[in-house]
This record gives sequence, C-alpha cells and structure tokens, in this order.
Amino acid sequence: MTNPSSGTDGEKTGWAVEISALNKWYGDFHVLRDINLTVARGERIVICGPSGGGKSTMLRCINRLEDWQRGRVVVDGKELTDDPKQILAVRRDVGMVFQQFNLFPHLTVLENCTLAPIWVRHMPKKDAEELAMRYLRRVRIPEQAQKYPVRLSGGQQQRVAIARALCMSPNIMLFDEPTSALDPEMVKEVLDTMVELAGDGITMLVVTHEMGFARQVADRIIFMAEGQIVEINEPKAFFEHPQHERTRLFLQQILH
Amino acid sequence: MVAADRIYLREAPAKLLPAPVASTGVVGWVRANLFSSPGNIALTVICAALIVWIVPPLLRFFFFDAVWSGADREACLPSAQNPEPGACWAFIRAWSSYFTYGFYPLGERWRVDLFFFLLAFGIAWLAWLGAPRRDIGAIYFFIVLPILSYVLLSGVPIIGLPDVPTSLWGGILVTIVVATVGIVASLPLGILLALGRRSEMPAVRLFSVTFIEFVRGVPLITVLFMASVMLPLFVPDRLAPDKLVRALIGVALFASAYMAEVVRGGLLSIPRGQYEAAQALALPYWRMMALVILPQALRVTLPNIVNTFIGLFKDTTLVFIVGIFDFLRTIEAARGDPHWATPITSVTGYAFAAVFYFVCCYGMSRYSRNVEARLARAHRR
Repeated sequence: MTNPSSGTDGEKTGWAVEISALNKWYGDFHVLRDINLTVARGERIVICGPSGGGKSTMLRCINRLEDWQRGRVVVDGKELTDDPKQILAVRRDVGMVFQQFNLFPHLTVLENCTLAPIWVRHMPKKDAEELAMRYLRRVRIPEQAQKYPVRLSGGQQQRVAIARALCMSPNIMLFDEPTSALDPEMVKEVLDTMVELAGDGITMLVVTHEMGFARQVADRIIFMAEGQIVEINEPKAFFEHPQHERTRLFLQQILH
Repeated sequence: MVAADRIYLREAPAKLLPAPVASTGVVGWVRANLFSSPGNIALTVICAALIVWIVPPLLRFFFFDAVWSGADREACLPSAQNPEPGACWAFIRAWSSYFTYGFYPLGERWRVDLFFFLLAFGIAWLAWLGAPRRDIGAIYFFIVLPILSYVLLSGVPIIGLPDVPTSLWGGILVTIVVATVGIVASLPLGILLALGRRSEMPAVRLFSVTFIEFVRGVPLITVLFMASVMLPLFVPDRLAPDKLVRALIGVALFASAYMAEVVRGGLLSIPRGQYEAAQALALPYWRMMALVILPQALRVTLPNIVNTFIGLFKDTTLVFIVGIFDFLRTIEAARGDPHWATPITSVTGYAFAAVFYFVCCYGMSRYSRNVEARLARAHRR
C-alpha cells in the first residue's frame, strides 16, 4: 500500500491510466462514446478538440468527479468502482487543476496548500507547511503565502492551485483547461510552471487549447470530437500530417 | 477642430485640485445625505417631525417623570409634585429578584448568579474573536458548561447542592436557559438536517424533509402543547421527563427545523467547484463539509442564523402557555400585585420587558454585524 507501484494490478499492467470501452450519457445525450485509452507512467498527454466534445468529461472520469454507465477506468492499478474507499484511494494520488482555480476563499494560500496533507495524509502541521512552502517557491509565489486567494491575480491563483495539488505528491496530474479563464498576459506564467512540471517525469493529462504548449511538452496529442477519440498522434505528426478530416478542420480553425 | 482632437498625446500631467468645499465636511455630508433631492428633503422633514413627536414623551416617561424609589403604590400615584408620573421603577426594583429567579429558594440563589457568571464568561470567550485558546473555550461552552449548569441549577444532594425542582425556576433564569439551550442545540441539529436534506441517501433525505416540513408547518405553541400535554399520555409518569425539559426539547426541535432551512440556503450558495476541488483532494464527505463547505456556507448565512436566534429568543416567551414562569410571565404575575396596583404598573412592567428583550436582541444583532464586518475585512486583507 505504501508504494503505489507495488499494487499487483499496477505492476502487471504498468499503466498510469487505463480506460476501456467507456460510455457515458447525460440523460439521452451520449457524451462519451466508446473511449479506449492507455497512458504510460510519466507520459504527457494533451487533449484538444472543439468544446462540448467530451474532453473535460473524460478527464473528470479519471478521478471519478463524473461517473459513467459503461466501461472500466483503472488508475495506477486501482479500478474505480462505486466503492468510496477505492475512489478516495485513487484521488489521493491524482492531482487536479481546474479552469476556475477553485481555491478555497476562506483559507489563506498556505492553508489551501496544507489542508489535504494535514487532513488526508495526516501530516503534522509543521511538515505540511514546509512542504507547501517548497511548492509555493517552485511556482514562484512564496511571498503570497499568508494572503487570501481573492488578493491574487488569476495567474497567481492558478499557480497556487497547481501547488495545492502537488502538495499531495500525486503520481498523476489532471489539468482541465488551466489557462482558459486567464487574462492573456497571465497565460504564460501558468504554462511555464506546467512546462517545468513536465520536466519532472510526472504523468500529465492536459485539456487545453494551447497548441504551443502541446507541441513543446506533449508525448502524444489526443483529438476528441462529439464524444469520441478521433485521433491520437505524436505532436509533430499531429500538426504536420493530421490524418482525420475532422482534425484538419479543427487545426485550420485554431492555427491561423 | 475635430481633426485636431482625433489624435492626442498628453504633454504635462493634469493638475491635482482640492475637492469643492460643498462636497466635503459637515455641509457636504448634510447636502449629500439629507437634502439631495425633493424626495429626500421630504423624508428628512418627516423623520425630524417624528423624532420631535416621539422622543420627548419617551424620555419623560422613562427618565424625567419616572419614580425611582418607594415602598408601595403610593409612590407611583399622581401627586402634587408629580401630577403625571412616568414609569414606576420602584415597582420593578421591589420585584426584581422575582423577575430574575422566580421562586428559586432564597438561600440557593447564589447558584443562579454563578450560572449567569459562568455563562457570560463562556459567551465572552467565544464571542471575542481575538480571545486566546478559543478551542478550549468551545469545549468549555459546549461540554463543560451544560454539565456544570445542570449540576448547579438542578442540584446534586450528594455534593451538598439540594435539589431545586424546575417548577420553582422562573424569570430571566428560565428565559436564558430556554434560549441558550435552543440556540446551542438548534445550530448543530439544523446543520445535520440541512445536510440530510441534500443527502444522496433517500431514507435520510426523506426523514429530513418530513421533519423540517412537519415542524415548520406547525406553530410553536402546538409543539409545546404536544410536548407537555400529549407526551404524558403515551409515556408512564415516572419516565416522563421534567416539564421544563420537555419544553426545552420542543423549542430546540422547532428552532432546528428553521435553522436547517437557513443553513440549506447557505449551502446552495457554494459553487460546485468548491465541492469538486475538495473531492479532488481526496477529502472524505464529513471532512469536506467541516473544512471547506460549512465554513463558507455559515459565513454567507450568518445574518440569517442570527435572525433565527433572535426569533427564537423572543419565542421563548411562549413557554408560559405550558405553565413555565419565564421572564414575561413573572411580569404578568407581578403586575397584578395589589400592593403595587397603580395605573402605570402594567405599563412599567411591559416597558421593562420590552427593554430587556430589545437589549438582548439588539446585542446579538450588533455582534453579528461586527463579525460580518470582520470577516469581510479578513477577505480583503
């Protein structure tokens, strides 16, 4: 239990994330259609595609913020079932960064970062604060530690959100459009933080429209539309020789 | 001309000028707030007239013509020096210990005084946001104080505190006990009911909704009657709890149903993202609620919570209907005293009651405004 990679299933498959035959409906609307995807440990995946295509929904299935009607999702060797213990076990090792930051406004930046280490990892407060300061320095805002989130700019808030997720020492990081809610001049500071993170070998799944970022860090790019995975390819091939008609159309629209 | 203005480049900074006199200082304030428009002028005049009309008679009644001392009704009757006497405070003074303790035995009243002191100490500890060790304060207030109060007020003969049956309790003592128990019990119960109402478990949800809707749909008087008249019909006499305890339970349950709806309103105001962020950090349900959702929800809804407390405080007067001598009831009883029968005795008694309830409720209101302002400032830090 202590070493996540020693789980029997995980050892066997060696995958960070395994999604097979995943189907999900909102009422009658089929949002995820037969999704199959395996992500290796340490792999950096960028997911792009038109809005409403199911990108975020798929990402949110990986830590069970969304449930589904059919299919299997296995994270780090642990299959996500209805069992709340299993769900919490997966969430402990999967960090998530949201489009709207979702920092806790009643807590200071430091308290935002130490909350889960203290109450989920049962870390002593002092250790948790040291850990938090280390990550706040990494995202280059240690001087904001005692402030409340409202006092920070959007870019700073998002970097705090990244630090908060990292404080749980996750094996996998999920980014759900992390720069879409930011003013243009703040996009870069957040992307730089993510690029740096990508150099650490952590498994990353990033839903984003930032094609420059995709080109720079992604091992593979996934293009999703109408709830399906349309194309998976390496960045160079993806941008230079998109195979599917739908992908070409999308790239034409976003790369001028 | 137009062409010249179309493109512009500032060459020197614009001068900083002092604000016009008429918009600052007393004159500016009066102009802006009292006489800014015809409607505003009319309101100002009407309010001034109302103040002139109402305030002097009140001052006369409460202070200038009031009778402050005297042995019996003679002092408060119209006389040559005081043809139109105001409040008969002598009557209140004569009966003050009855208003405070009811029929609590004379020799044991120090226990009530000690209880008042311990309660005030606990409230001050919790209410003063900068107080040291408020966590211990909370343990004191919610665990130590109730036990201590029970031992003190009800008595434990073994340790030398004779039993005092609750039928002897009365006055401010009863009002404070009922209000405090109601307030302290209704908040946690209300939170549980509010969470239950939003639960994913159908049985829990059904219970919460049924309880809340049923209790809210019934007047407090009915709840009190049920507790005091109907309960003994079903439960054998020796098992039936004390009359005051029954009323306390009735009041607490009644208040918790209202509190549940207030808290639910607060919960609804918390965006989904807060739940999701807490879940993504692997916080289990109760931790998520206690650490992330409720602190925000209760903060948002603090004015409504205090509003419910104030309502509850005033509703405690209804316990007289089941024969409990709360503060208002003791005044009712005392104003009939022939020894003090004058035309102004009743008015004085009710005025005193009004002042007492107003001071308590306004105190709560001011305190909550203070906390709101503090919390607002903390967020802007």
